[in-house]
Amino acid sequence: MSTSPSSPTRIDAQPGEVIDRSTTIRFSWNGTSMTGFAGDTIASALMANGVRVISRSMKYHRPRGYLTADFWDPNGFVQVGDDPNVRSGHRLIENGMDVEPQNVWPSLDHDVKAANGLVGRFLTAGFYYKTFMRPAKLWPQFEKVLATFAPGGTVDLDTPHRLHDKRYIHPDVVVAGGGPAGMSAALAAAEAGAQVVLVEHEHHLGGHLLWGSDADRAVVAHFASALEKAGVEVLLNSTVTGRYEDNWVAINQRSHPLAVERLIKARAKILVVAPGLIERPYVFAGNDKPGVMLSGAVRRLINLYGVKPGSKAVVLTANADGDATIADLERIGVDVHVVDARKGEGIVAADGPAKSVTSVEGADGTKIDCDLLVTAIGWTAPTSLLNMSGDRPVYDPQTARFFPGVDIDNVLSTGGIVGDGMLDEVIDHGQQTGRLAADRAAAVAHRLQAFTARATPVHGDEPEWTPDRRSELPRDAHPELFRSSTHGIVDFSEDVGSKDLFGAAAEGFDSVELIKRFTTATMGPAQGKLETVNTVAVLAEARGETIAEVGTTVWRPPYAPITLGALAGRIFEPVRVSSIQPWHERNDAVPILAGAWIRPEHYGDAAAEVRNTRENVGIIDVTPLGKLDLRGPDVPKLLSMLYTNKWMKLPVGSVRYGLMCAEDGVVLDDGVTARLGEEHYLMTTTSSGAATIWEWAENWLQTEHPEWQVHITPVTTGLTSINVAGPKSRELVGRLTDIDLDPQSFEYMQVRTGSVAGVENCIAWRIGFTGELSYELHVPSGHGLHVWESLLEAGTDLGVKPFGLEAQRIMRLEKGHFIVGQDTDGLTKAPSTGMSSLIKLDKDDFAGKAELGWAMEDVEAPIVVSIQTSDGTIVPREASQIVKAGTNEILGRITSSRMSPTLGRSVCLGQVAPHVSAPGTELTIVLADGTRTQANVMEHHAHFDPEGERLRG
Amino acid sequence: MLLVPCPNCGPRNASDLVYKGESHTRPDPNLVTEAEWRSYLYLEDNPAGWLRETWYCRSGCRRYFVLERDTTTNEFRNPPVPGAKIGGKA
Repeated sequence: MSTSPSSPTRIDAQPGEVIDRSTTIRFSWNGTSMTGFAGDTIASALMANGVRVISRSMKYHRPRGYLTADFWDPNGFVQVGDDPNVRSGHRLIENGMDVEPQNVWPSLDHDVKAANGLVGRFLTAGFYYKTFMRPAKLWPQFEKVLATFAPGGTVDLDTPHRLHDKRYIHPDVVVAGGGPAGMSAALAAAEAGAQVVLVEHEHHLGGHLLWGSDADRAVVAHFASALEKAGVEVLLNSTVTGRYEDNWVAINQRSHPLAVERLIKARAKILVVAPGLIERPYVFAGNDKPGVMLSGAVRRLINLYGVKPGSKAVVLTANADGDATIADLERIGVDVHVVDARKGEGIVAADGPAKSVTSVEGADGTKIDCDLLVTAIGWTAPTSLLNMSGDRPVYDPQTARFFPGVDIDNVLSTGGIVGDGMLDEVIDHGQQTGRLAADRAAAVAHRLQAFTARATPVHGDEPEWTPDRRSELPRDAHPELFRSSTHGIVDFSEDVGSKDLFGAAAEGFDSVELIKRFTTATMGPAQGKLETVNTVAVLAEARGETIAEVGTTVWRPPYAPITLGALAGRIFEPVRVSSIQPWHERNDAVPILAGAWIRPEHYGDAAAEVRNTRENVGIIDVTPLGKLDLRGPDVPKLLSMLYTNKWMKLPVGSVRYGLMCAEDGVVLDDGVTARLGEEHYLMTTTSSGAATIWEWAENWLQTEHPEWQVHITPVTTGLTSINVAGPKSRELVGRLTDIDLDPQSFEYMQVRTGSVAGVENCIAWRIGFTGELSYELHVPSGHGLHVWESLLEAGTDLGVKPFGLEAQRIMRLEKGHFIVGQDTDGLTKAPSTGMSSLIKLDKDDFAGKAELGWAMEDVEAPIVVSIQTSDGTIVPREASQIVKAGTNEILGRITSSRMSPTLGRSVCLGQVAPHVSAPGTELTIVLADGTRTQANVMEHHAHFDPEGERLRG
Repeated sequence: MLLVPCPNCGPRNASDLVYKGESHTRPDPNLVTEAEWRSYLYLEDNPAGWLRETWYCRSGCRRYFVLERDTTTNEFRNPPVPGAKIGGKA
């Protein structure tokens, strides 16, 4: 049989069909144009066009056809345009859709790797672990070869970005599953007053009723309209993929009109689990041949899509669904041979050429000719969402399936997962479950409100926690059928056979959790929905145990695989810019992302910006600097607690530098704080530390010293900060301000307030990060751009130019100022920075005091030093190792390095061991290319103007 | 995701808050030994059962508060009394 369309197999209109025969859809399969109808899945359309071979299996590249013809079909993965791994049993066809097979080479018809099947005995369980372990150095070669065998579609790196979205909801009840039980539960809960979301995996509500009788479909129609009237939000083509702590429920919505997928995060008070049952394949020789299908696939194809899946069928039936399949097939004129497992009849093999079934071998030795073999041998209860809630399912041999184990207060199950029974019994159980869910949701809501009564006033007494008095659904007896007397495939997605499981059991893998990982059975895209119970059953058989003794694997999220796009979704992280950003953009600033901020790295030439600032005057936008407005009588106490140095006597009008340490003595942040008034201070933090330090300060105020009267307001974005630096900065600022800049009255490390460029309430202080005479201006952000432009305009004759972050970093390095987090790391305690004079252990208490006391005695801690290379043209890359000459013994590393435009040579900071930290010590630096260069420890941290004459001027 | 009952903001996703760990009294740094201080910094009781722990409502009211949580069930009890000194590892 070929994969090209042969005999079309669409039959007359069926009463329950979901296709619209008046709308023809054109698509292509494997390069061939085909047509289908609106409402067709790719699978039904292909089957209608006579296509029987869809894919090649993962390891052995065996031809495969549809097994379940639904979302879970392990053989139905296709490439749709640039979209790989599309589930063709689920995705609806669209006009112009380009559908291609996956995992085939050179073609679906002639696959070279099918030869794997011939060497199958080498590809047994654990093959990769055992074969490619040694020699380890050959792994890169192995990997290249193996990569060509990897299954899956092709990722197109040029795929346009498509919208994935997120949504947050807080419903009372989420119902997972829109079959009769789920619909009934959702309706009952809504009618009892709950806000309900009903999530259905498929494109239609109704579950198995869709391929049932007219009466069944009338029930679906009734519920669909009643649900709408009751205000239930119905999410079709959506999957509850996970249940997490406190009923945090993840819903992957594939049916959003705009977004490709939307991840809905629902905080449900009660989750109702009603996924129904999933049909289980039978294990026998040839069970993966195209033409072997499960009864559910056949019933869907006939009843929903009007597709005839074969012309001469053998049906192995052990239940009513098998019997209904026989009736469906006979109704559309298929010749059916029945093998009834309940009468002790069985099958042992499906025979025929590679791509089709031509006969079935019965357990009694008979050979029956056919082109379709249907099995209906039982069910798997997809208890995944219950597993995720802490339940461990229990096996019931009478019904041949697992059932929920324990009751969970806020997760209720209904429908096929908990029992069988007639349709009205199932609907009744769903109704009882819905009412219980609504009652309990009200109690949960009340409990949450009562616990947080200050936030939300609570009305009335807590409703009683309704006990679970639901009547139980009956369980229908079902024969235990897992494997025939022959070996076949257990996991179709991973190509794991029962023989592999027997082999693994013989090797000693006696636990189902271990055998799963060793053989990869149940680990494919069906997420164990088809394979888990058969895996357990085969292991039990191999070990001579019962299924209950073997137990089952724990089903973890996701219920169904989810795309990375859906998980990534929309990013909710805002990016910050200063009020001057429009100017930066107009003036070709090269942006850099620094923490949450976008700021100018430079305006074309950082070295020129340095030279201009050193010679004339430069201005830089330093708005990202963290700024905290501190008010209250106890601010000095807070400052003394946060900083290592003293703050009780800082005069009004002064600025002081301080270093902050965490309680482990490690440097946390640094910056200056100004006293603006009697009880008013402005603290600056590093740009990246702004949020952390606010939280840190609040921690001290709220947990250790709630008696202190301090109020903190973060004003980082409320104030636009501009540093005016350079020998002509006084003249420039003087042209725009009413503040007296006379160096006698406004000294270095002092602060004044006044107007700048007509803007009132500006703060100006003199500090020296760049090493130049500089005025840092903090102006109300609404006027930030105006002040910036005024400075540029007023200073044209002074040569004023903007400079960016890079120029500032060069200048601070020329001055030997360290940057927290760059020149210090997560282990650098304060004494290592050379700032021991700022650690005042005679203070009664401050953050890190205990550790710093011990750290001051530590003679082995590294020390931050300034380093000058002997060859000034060499700029060692940051993080270059410093080693003992002639050895590889590491003595330290370069933490910052730049070429200094001011000095015409490289400037570095580094951390070195204390015994090589003395000024003049010769160091050996290993460069990026492996060569070594000599350097010396300098006397001062500052490479430039070590006495600080310029900044004090 | 855990639902944390903030006394000011109501039940909030744990990702709206910062978990600050077990609540312990900070030793007097002037009297403490190295061993005591480091056990305060680094060692947790980590009980299977009721635990006093500190949370910070970062995306909401920005208050620190102590809750008691059963680590085996994630049940909370004893909502905080506003304004009381709560102690807690900084």
